Amino acid sequence: MLEVKDLKVNYGMIQAVKGINFKVNDGNIVALIGANGAGKTTTMHTISGLLKANEGSIVFDDIDISKISANKIVSNGIIQCPEGRRVFAQQTVEENLKLGAYLRKDSLEEDLNYVFDLFPRLKERRKQLAGTLSGGEQQMLAMGRALMSKPKLLLLDEPSMGLSPLLVKEIFSIIKEINSQGVTVLLVEQNAKMALDIADYAYVIETGKIVLEGTGKELVSSEKVQKAYLGG
Amino acid sequence: MSEFLSYLINGLSLGSVYAIIALGYTMVYGIAKMLNFAHGDVIMVGAFIIYFCLSKFNLPIIVSLLAGILLCTILGVVVERLAYKPLRSASSLSVLITAIGVSYFLQNSAQILWGSAPKMFPANLIEGSLKVGELSIPYLTLITIAVCLIIVVALQWFINNTKIGSAMRACSEDKDAARLMGINVDTTISITFAIGSGLAAIASLLLCSAYPSVSPTLGSMPGIKAFTAAVFGGIGSIPGAFIGGLLLGIIEILSKAYISTQLSDAIVFSVLIIVLLIKPTGILGKKIKEKV
Repeated sequence: MLEVKDLKVNYGMIQAVKGINFKVNDGNIVALIGANGAGKTTTMHTISGLLKANEGSIVFDDIDISKISANKIVSNGIIQCPEGRRVFAQQTVEENLKLGAYLRKDSLEEDLNYVFDLFPRLKERRKQLAGTLSGGEQQMLAMGRALMSKPKLLLLDEPSMGLSPLLVKEIFSIIKEINSQGVTVLLVEQNAKMALDIADYAYVIETGKIVLEGTGKELVSSEKVQKAYLGG
Repeated sequence: MSEFLSYLINGLSLGSVYAIIALGYTMVYGIAKMLNFAHGDVIMVGAFIIYFCLSKFNLPIIVSLLAGILLCTILGVVVERLAYKPLRSASSLSVLITAIGVSYFLQNSAQILWGSAPKMFPANLIEGSLKVGELSIPYLTLITIAVCLIIVVALQWFINNTKIGSAMRACSEDKDAARLMGINVDTTISITFAIGSGLAAIASLLLCSAYPSVSPTLGSMPGIKAFTAAVFGGIGSIPGAFIGGLLLGIIEILSKAYISTQLSDAIVFSVLIIVLLIKPTGILGKKIKEKV
C-alpha cells in the first residue's frame, strides 16, 4: 500500500532522514519506533507533504506522492493525526471534526456518529471549544478528526504523548478497533512497548536510519530493543 | 445637545469607513499573519476606478461600485500572488518591507497613469437628509453606517458558519495542521485578500462621497487610520476592527469639533498609545499563547 524507498529529508540544515526504506501493507498496523530526534516525525511530515523529500520516493497505491502537495495527499486517502494533536483550539469539537472532512462533499452524518460511537466523550462536548478539552480528549478529537476524512491510511504520530497509562491503554485499544474496520495504520511512537504490542510489523529508527525491523513480537523479544527502548 | 449628536453621528459615519478598511487589515493579519500596508492604496485604486466609471463612462453608481469591487478584488489577489506568496516562509520583516514597496509601487503607478493632480469626485451622489427634530442627518451618513453594519454582520456570519470560514479560522490558528486536513492554505489566503480588497472598494466609494477628491495618495491617511483602528480594537478580530473603527472616527470628529482641527490626528494617535499601554493586545485582542 505504502512503500518508502531510499528516503532522504533535510530538516533545516541537518539531514534528519538519511535514506530509509519501509513498507506498510494493506490492513496492517505498522510501527515506527525510536527515540527523540530519530527522524520519525520528519518521516511522517514528508509522507503528508508538509516537508519535501530530497531524494527517494514514497509510493502510495502505485502513485509516487513525494512530489505532490499536502492537500492532494489527503484526497488520495492518507491523513495524519499529528504529534501534539494540533486541534484547532478556537473551534468547537464539531467544527474540528468537520475540518477533518474538508475535502469531502458527501453527507457527514454517518461518520460523525461513527466517531461519536468510538469516542462518546466527544459527543458530550460537541459544542465545546477544542481548547477547553483535556489532553486525552484532544487526542481523541485529533484521531476522530483524522477519521472524518475516511482515510485508507492513518498516520498516527505519538498518540500516547503526555497521557496517563490508563488513557494510553484506551487510545491503543481504539487504534486496534479502527484498524479492524479496515483502516491501515502507520504508528510512530516513543512508547515502544505499547506500539510493538499492537503492531503487525515494526521498524526501529535511529538517527535517521532504520536499524532493525521485524514483526511486533520479534522486536519485543529482541535483545537490542529490550535494552534500548524497553528498559530491560 | 443636537450639535453634539450630529458630531457623534458624523463620527460614527467616518468610523464606519475606517471600520470597513480595518476589516481588510485585520482579516489579512488574522489569517496570513502579515500587515498589508498596501491596503490603503487598494482603496485609492478603487477610488480611481469608481471615479472613471462615474465621470468618464457615466455608468450608474451601482455598476461603478461593482466594477470597483471586481477590479480591486483582482488587484488584491494578484498582489498577494506576485508579491507576498513567494515570501510565505520569509521573515515577517521582509514581508512588511515588501508591503511598503507595493504601496509605493501602486501610488507611483497611479501617478504615472492618472497624474498627481486631484480629481473631483462627482459630489452629491446621494443627496438629501433625514430630519429628526433639530437634527439633519445626511442620507449618505446613514447609508455609510448601515453598510458597515451589514458588512460586519455578514462577515462575522461567513467566518463562523461556512466551511471556508472554518478553514480560514483553521489557517489562522495552525497552517500546517490546516494543510494536514487537506485545506489549500494558499487558496484560503487568496480568498482573504479578495474579501479585504473588495471591501476596500466599498470604502473608496463611501470615502470619496464624503471627501470628494481623488489623488494617488488618497489611500495613505485612511489606510494608516484604519490600521490604527484595527490595532486599537485588537488586530485579528472582526468585532475588534468594527469597534476600533467606530471609536477612532468618533474621537477624531469630536476632537476636531471641540479641541482643535490641527491636533485631532495627534489626539487620535495618543488615545491609541494609551490604549495599547493599558491593553497591549487592543480592546478585543486575544492573548497570544506561547507554544510549548
